[in-house]
Amino acid sequence: MARPKSPPVFLGRTLYRRRRLRDAARLLPVVGVLLLLLPLLWVSDVEVRLGSGEVVYFFVVWLALIGLAAAFAPGLTRGDKADDQEED
Amino acid sequence: MSGHVLLIEDEPNIAEAMRFLLTREGFRMSHLSEGDEVLARIRSDRPDLVILDHMLPGMSGLEILQALRADPDTRTLPVMMLTARGRDRELAERAGADRFISKPFSNAEILAEVRAMTGR
Amino acid sequence: MPFNLLVASCLLYVIFLFAVAFLVERRAHLGRLGWLRSPLVYTLSLSIYCTAWTFYGAVGYAARSGLEFLTIYFGPTLVFIGWWWLLRKLVRIGREYRVTSIADLISSRFGKSNTLGVIVTLICVVAATPYIALQLQSVVLSFGVFASATPDGQAPPDPEQTAIWVAVGLALFTILFGTRNLDAKEQHHGIVTAIAVEAVVKLVALLAVGAFVVWGLAGGVSEIIAKIDAADLAAWQVQPGRWTGLIFLSAVAVITLPRMFQVLVVENADEGHLARASWAFPLYLLAMSLFIVPIAVIGLERMPAGANPDMFVLTLPLSEGQGGLAMLAFLGGFSSATSMVIVESIALATMISNHIVIPLWLHLRPSAARGDDLRSVVLTARRLAIAGVLALGYGYYHVSGGSAALAAIGLIAFLGVAQILPALIGGLFWRGATRIGAMAGLLVGFAVWAYTSFLPSFGPGAVLSESVFTQGLFGLSWLRPQALFGTEAMDPLTHALFWSLVLNATAFCLGSLLTFPGPVERLQGAAFVNVFDGGAGPQRWARGQAEPEALLTMAQRILGEDAALTLFQSAARDQGKEGFLPDPTPAFLDSLEGRLSGSVGAATAHAMISQLVGRATVSVEDLMAVASESAQILEYSAQLEAREAELTRTAGALREANEKLTQLSIQKDAFLSQISHELRTPMTSIRAFSEILTEGDLPPDMVVKYGKIIHDEAKRLTRLLDDLLDLSVLENGTVQLNLTLASLQQMLDHALTAARQTRPERSFTIQRDLPSEAIYLKTDSDRLVQVFINLISNARKYCDAADPVLRIAVRQRAGRVTIDIIDNGSGIPKDSQSLIFEKFARLTDANRAGGAGLGLAICREIMTNLGGSVAYLPGQGGAAFRVTVPLRLEKAAA
Repeated sequence: MARPKSPPVFLGRTLYRRRRLRDAARLLPVVGVLLLLLPLLWVSDVEVRLGSGEVVYFFVVWLALIGLAAAFAPGLTRGDKADDQEED
Repeated sequence: MSGHVLLIEDEPNIAEAMRFLLTREGFRMSHLSEGDEVLARIRSDRPDLVILDHMLPGMSGLEILQALRADPDTRTLPVMMLTARGRDRELAERAGADRFISKPFSNAEILAEVRAMTGR
Repeated sequence: MPFNLLVASCLLYVIFLFAVAFLVERRAHLGRLGWLRSPLVYTLSLSIYCTAWTFYGAVGYAARSGLEFLTIYFGPTLVFIGWWWLLRKLVRIGREYRVTSIADLISSRFGKSNTLGVIVTLICVVAATPYIALQLQSVVLSFGVFASATPDGQAPPDPEQTAIWVAVGLALFTILFGTRNLDAKEQHHGIVTAIAVEAVVKLVALLAVGAFVVWGLAGGVSEIIAKIDAADLAAWQVQPGRWTGLIFLSAVAVITLPRMFQVLVVENADEGHLARASWAFPLYLLAMSLFIVPIAVIGLERMPAGANPDMFVLTLPLSEGQGGLAMLAFLGGFSSATSMVIVESIALATMISNHIVIPLWLHLRPSAARGDDLRSVVLTARRLAIAGVLALGYGYYHVSGGSAALAAIGLIAFLGVAQILPALIGGLFWRGATRIGAMAGLLVGFAVWAYTSFLPSFGPGAVLSESVFTQGLFGLSWLRPQALFGTEAMDPLTHALFWSLVLNATAFCLGSLLTFPGPVERLQGAAFVNVFDGGAGPQRWARGQAEPEALLTMAQRILGEDAALTLFQSAARDQGKEGFLPDPTPAFLDSLEGRLSGSVGAATAHAMISQLVGRATVSVEDLMAVASESAQILEYSAQLEAREAELTRTAGALREANEKLTQLSIQKDAFLSQISHELRTPMTSIRAFSEILTEGDLPPDMVVKYGKIIHDEAKRLTRLLDDLLDLSVLENGTVQLNLTLASLQQMLDHALTAARQTRPERSFTIQRDLPSEAIYLKTDSDRLVQVFINLISNARKYCDAADPVLRIAVRQRAGRVTIDIIDNGSGIPKDSQSLIFEKFARLTDANRAGGAGLGLAICREIMTNLGGSVAYLPGQGGAAFRVTVPLRLEKAAA
């Protein structure tokens, strides 16, 4: 139902963890963007050449991002009902 | 020629019986089976006696009676109410009915009443 | 592979998909979807992101531009792993407000403005047409590849012909499974599952070709890495601006493409599925792109110079003599193309019918909101729209003549739908976004996109003249389509992306800042932006003045009879009322609007209800409430509301009970005097005529006539006494039921014959559906027939239509059978509907055909004794009664 009249200053441990997990989930795509743009930065030429090293790099980063998202997903859906509002 | 009786009754069989009885006694009979056109008909035909059934489709018998009594033209028109319900008699009396006959009635009774009311 | 064999395999494959879709639809109908509504199917259905462009084109893309093709997958990956930001909100809103398409979402958010819906629809149609053409082209190209590989000199298929057949086939498939029903919330289980199957086929096909290339042709992973480094690297250069721009563009497209929105939001069955898809869908994309580079490298190495790299997936196995593998690859490409076209055309058809055809129809025929059956109009509109969309795609293919580079068209389409982004993001996160702003942004963005990207794609001199390209529009050099404001150094796509979205967003923000939103807009804005706070959105209806019966009639036209009746009945029950007609409370109007928008879109649903409610929907007080909302007020009012709702419900039930009691006590009083009246009336005639007869000396014919009257009246008296006795036995529940197995059809036959004698005798047209009546009931057939006779005679007596029609509709559901008996007269006035089943409740005496007004009371008692019910069914255009009986009545129930 509605929110408690005055929200407690300190949250319980599980609730606290869940909030931080959401922060991590929000951070993930930002990290992803940085990592996927990184190869453009490490060669200073105007024309960037991408070779097999980059191919491997991209797939490893990609897989890592997917792995992290998979690790976050179950924790994010749990308790979604009880604590729905967008707050911190 | 003081013998025009207007009957307002929705049961065709009862109306048939009344028609038979009254015409045999020399009355002129007209008959309506609904309450709506009654007032206009009374004003145009000017009957000597109105026999009014209590439960009618359209305007109810009581409403017709009230309307008749409200109009100075028909205030004194003799009206006989046919009622099936005993306790409605009181309401009809207050509305100004002259006589009451309860259903079922005997033929002799109704003839006597009609004769008395039309003065024959 | 011989060409005809190829066609046969395609047909077999399509038949297989048909079977899948059909079986799933049937299971869905029976409510047994189970695992078919799992995160797995949801994730696989998202794979329509990978069209033929991805399946064939990615290799070509890689061969031409190196790793750039990866950007097309990175964008969606970032959006999905960042689902907590945007997708979660999108899906929640989609579910909460029964959004039917992206156009519906935008129109609904900005005050249910249909103009916005039309703009978004048009943008989507324009952007999608070349994309659909692209899919047709890829199927045609792959057919061409196989045909030219046939050795026996069989004539190669005419590409035009192939394209036509593919387009017609797809239209047929889509119409068959995409427009079967106007389901609330527009979900298409059959198609989604078929799409999921196709997703598996294309993944397996691409992985198989890739594995064959890496381990069969290159000789292993380390060898292929060596080959990648040794390949012609000159082409593998990347511009940082374009790289970033493409990642952004594909990220936007995965949200705004109509088909993605359809599977992502509209077809979503459970928000939890999104969490799973957040990593599973990127994983699918990764698997799809894993072997693209190796295939491109080996293809460039082995295939003759000048071979189309877009077809390497197909030509490489063919040239290596792997016919089976090539066949698999072909089916993979076929799947990619067909699944995209099917979902895209459904999504577009929904938009076209909901935002263009239906509003137009309602505008041209204002009475249609109450009159015609809108369902068939909507379905027909949708079917025609599907055919139209495919015809457009084919037309574009025909005109463009199948240009070589697939990727370019795909990106242009991406950019076209990306113009919806500012309005979408702004609408979801910024309460200040207004309708005018959204309109300005969309129109500006669309115009800039058309000028800088879409029209130039036809080439110089086609739509835009040569001089416009070199000197700019009207000779103004800063208006050159590919160098707006002198930005010549940008790559054309980045240029178009940058300017269209920057100008779009600017117009959107300025328009929003400078204009003032209307009431509905502000309410919708608050509801959408704060969708996660505090449950249901603000009430959008002040207490309405709509007649519930008119609302029901309208709802039936859109939702169908059963769904509408169920909805109204449950709403009435929530209000503590019996029957099918709830009060038009704000809450009820809201939920009704929600249900209707699931079928015809928010704007149309809102307009239709407004028409019936007949006044502005929000008051100033409502707005004040929204403006001054604070946590305390919200909490307090939420509690109050809950309590008030409970109280209202109880009060409603009490009021109804009280009304009933009062009426019952009045009727109890009336009952005795009624009986007295009903008994005295025939006795009066009997007494009068018997006295007349006793006097004698009457002509014989009069004696006969009066004798008959006495006889008739005596019979009437008997009947009345029988009815009274019957009623009292039934009411006490002491009636003996004689349970047998009887055919419903025979019972109805019997009742119709018996009721034919009812006065006044008129010719009635009887409409029956005999097959539906072939049901055997275990019940007391004499009693049930008695009920039928009563209802049918009532219709015969009271139906006042010039050409009376009596319709009998039978349906069987969950162990119960409903029999609706409906005439086309003027029906029973609303305030009398609750009275007709009471004793002596004859409505008018206009047609007193000898009954005493006990018929329906007896019917009701009989049905209670038979474990069923009889109720008046409002909103059928005439008097209508619904009889419900259990299929098998057990003795205990009697």
